[in-house]
Amino acid sequence: MVVGLATLGVFATMGYFVWRYRYRPGVNETGRDVPGSTRLEVGWTIATTVVFGGIFALGAAGFAERQHVPAGRDVEDVLVVGKQWMWKFQHGGGRREIAVLHVPVGRVVRLSLTSEDVIHSFYVPAFRVKQDALPGRTTTLWFEATTPGTYPFACAEYCGGEHSRMVGQIVAMPAEAYDAWLEHREPGEMPLAAAGREVFARHDCATCHDTHANKPAPPLEGLVGRRRVFEDGAALVADEAYLRESVLEPSARVVAGYAVAGRSPMPSYAGVLTNEELFELLYYLRTLKDATGVSR
Amino acid sequence: MNTTARTPSGAHRFWGTLRAWLTTKDHKKIAVLYLLTITLFFVIGGVIATIMRIELAGPGEDVVSAEAYNRLFSLHGVIMVWFFLIPAVPTVLGNYLIPLMIGAPDLAFPRLNLASWYVFVAGGALTLVAMVTGGVDTGWTFYTPYSSTFSQSHVVLTVCGIFLAGVSSIFTGLNFIVTIHKLRAPGLTWFRLPLFVWTHYATSIILVLATPVLGMTLLLVLIEHAVGIGIFDPAYGGDPLLFQHFFWFYSHPAVYVMILPGMGVVSEVICCFSRRRIFGYRFIAWATLAIAVFGFLVWGHHMFVSGQSYLASLVFSVLSYLVAVPSAIKVFNWLATLYGGAIRLDTPMLYVLGFIGLFTVGGVTGVVLATLAVDVHLHDTYFVVAHFHTIMVGGMVMAYLAGLHFWWPKMTGRRYDERLGRLGAVLVFVGFLLTFLPQFILGYQGLPRRVATYDERFHLLQVMSSAGASVLALGYLVPAVALVKSLFGKAEPAGRNPWGATGLEWQTTSPPPAENFLAQPVVTGDAYDYPNAPAPVAARGGAHG
Ligand code: HEC
Ligand SMILES: [Cu+2]
Ligand SMILES: [Cu+2]
Repeated sequence: MVVGLATLGVFATMGYFVWRYRYRPGVNETGRDVPGSTRLEVGWTIATTVVFGGIFALGAAGFAERQHVPAGRDVEDVLVVGKQWMWKFQHGGGRREIAVLHVPVGRVVRLSLTSEDVIHSFYVPAFRVKQDALPGRTTTLWFEATTPGTYPFACAEYCGGEHSRMVGQIVAMPAEAYDAWLEHREPGEMPLAAAGREVFARHDCATCHDTHANKPAPPLEGLVGRRRVFEDGAALVADEAYLRESVLEPSARVVAGYAVAGRSPMPSYAGVLTNEELFELLYYLRTLKDATGVSR
Repeated sequence: MNTTARTPSGAHRFWGTLRAWLTTKDHKKIAVLYLLTITLFFVIGGVIATIMRIELAGPGEDVVSAEAYNRLFSLHGVIMVWFFLIPAVPTVLGNYLIPLMIGAPDLAFPRLNLASWYVFVAGGALTLVAMVTGGVDTGWTFYTPYSSTFSQSHVVLTVCGIFLAGVSSIFTGLNFIVTIHKLRAPGLTWFRLPLFVWTHYATSIILVLATPVLGMTLLLVLIEHAVGIGIFDPAYGGDPLLFQHFFWFYSHPAVYVMILPGMGVVSEVICCFSRRRIFGYRFIAWATLAIAVFGFLVWGHHMFVSGQSYLASLVFSVLSYLVAVPSAIKVFNWLATLYGGAIRLDTPMLYVLGFIGLFTVGGVTGVVLATLAVDVHLHDTYFVVAHFHTIMVGGMVMAYLAGLHFWWPKMTGRRYDERLGRLGAVLVFVGFLLTFLPQFILGYQGLPRRVATYDERFHLLQVMSSAGASVLALGYLVPAVALVKSLFGKAEPAGRNPWGATGLEWQTTSPPPAENFLAQPVVTGDAYDYPNAPAPVAARGGAHG
């Protein structure tokens, strides 16, 4: 709006001046000698700065809102994997799909995006959201569909050959219908928390992280949101990114008291777990948050 | 050519002339060599764009396959950015005019100047070889890890070509900086310099400081591509975002390399055809430097949705607004220069008015894109495509054409057909709007860029854009005809100063002698003393006077 007006203003001023001060023989053989005006210069510099400041603030506020899922909302987690040239989805409830993504209306849907090869970008024009999917990393994005219907999505980052066909549809359905849909699991699909527990068992995490026994590793219940203090004295509140780092790069930050020869005794699982396994595992660790008997 | 080659003496003369041109150290002749070279690249890039627009007129893979389309848009970008937009104004107009404007016999390093052309031609040749042997399909942005480990196309060859073009840029930048520092005529103090020289000074600084980063980045891509050492591909332990930081650290300032010299042209032309001093000389000069400096600090605005941190995005957004302020100041100053003028609408002035209008549209849509929440939606859509074409084609190409028409009489000693010239200016402007306004809307509706196929719902606007592009293509033919025509037959001689312009370049003959000035000129007053300038001489086709 503001910018539209500004453009019109420039065009109008230009048009007016060009017409008003057109060359007319005998009337204005040459231009008036106006040297410039510091007052005007300072004036319009300040004015533009103020206007730009305002626009920035609006934009930043809208952007900030997108950074975190609104507190106290139900969240539906979906893993999104980009791959030349398709989008694969895995729902928290376990169902998997390709090129079509079912979501419930009225619930926050949080996508965890990653890629198996090059950079892609998940873009839903109708919801005004877009986020790159990077290989070797997970980024997140959330939205909430308010009306049932289908909404196209696309890949916005050029990724080679069939990039323009890396498109699909979001199907937003009433929450009850979605829950019923989730229950129709194919053989081999299971809820993520259960799948995560299997990954946890399969990779022998429990040998060290045995829940109530103290040593040789910290207990994992209720980890998200808890304050962690590290060997080097640094501290942070554990979040999903921290969980991921703990699994992929255990020695990057070692919990105080657990270092052996300056490193974490825990092996790195980078390259050992697939994208899906990692997602399931982290999902499982997050569900451990209310477990009773958390020891310190 | 055939007629001269028939007799031995004629052939002899032909080779002699060719040798003289190819070994010349005269900045004016080197500028002409550059003019021919970049025109060739502009034509190639333009033909590619035409094929793209034809393909996009239909939603499927109608004329070319998706694979071919990916190569087309990549080459269009590579050629237009590195072999036309970046060199155009500096190497042609800057090369020709800077020594004349500052009253010097040549650039500081004439051999380096010639070398820069040869390196440029070598880079262009490599890129063309890559093009005809299969092309490159990474986009001009070469995002990793696609470019470094996945693409099967001619990444190595193309990257080497661009690397050489970068070396050539650095040569030119160095040469300009030293020339402007050392060879100014007596009395020509910094604040008496024409703004054209100021903008080239700022541009040269960017070229010299930013281009090495491009070179280094491209080498890293080559190393990963050829040797498999992990730098950008996480599969080898690299970081894919690192490339984007490096790349935009160069490529955002490069945007100002393209536009700043054009702004210099605009300042010269607008004063001459308003018959006024420039409004706020010092503010424009300082704004030019401010743009060059802030331009280095905003690269992250290309990465708001890339996964860079929230804080980084905030900071880059603020800085992007800061760089928009001096740009806005310039527009206001140009408008104020029109105020109280005696405005003549000759061809260069028409192009310049088009520039101011389109630069405003481009700048304002840039502000829209710098707005975080909005960019999340518009990033990597047709809106971005339309935005930067408005700055580059609407702004920079218009300014280049303005400059070419303005100084054509000086460079050739002949006047072109004013009526054809004006027709060209109007067609280019209208064609531009018809092509790119639909693309702004397409982007807002959510069509990602770089797609060979698209949904039916975007069809109508795509057809409109393609139709507009045909007007634009026609528009570009008209000035070509007008200018080339003036070289043949009985064209009207230009005289020293057909526009009644101020500036040292207008005090020598057209075209100037090899040493530029027969006696060393001395400067006694400020630039743009139009109240005391000689009256313009109307061209035959012109209607004024
Ligand atoms: C060889 C024993 C061992 C194994 C096996 C092991 N860990 Fe660990 N883990 C540790 C130790 C010791 C620490 C504390 C030091 C540190 O921060 O790295 C730790 C830390 C962690 C933390 C951070 C805990 C905190 O309190 O901040 C997480 C999360 C974690 N491990 C998850 C796992 C998962 C998931 C697996 C299985 C895939 C696993 N670990 C396998 C020994 C182990
Ligand atoms: Cu893609
Ligand atoms: Cu930029």
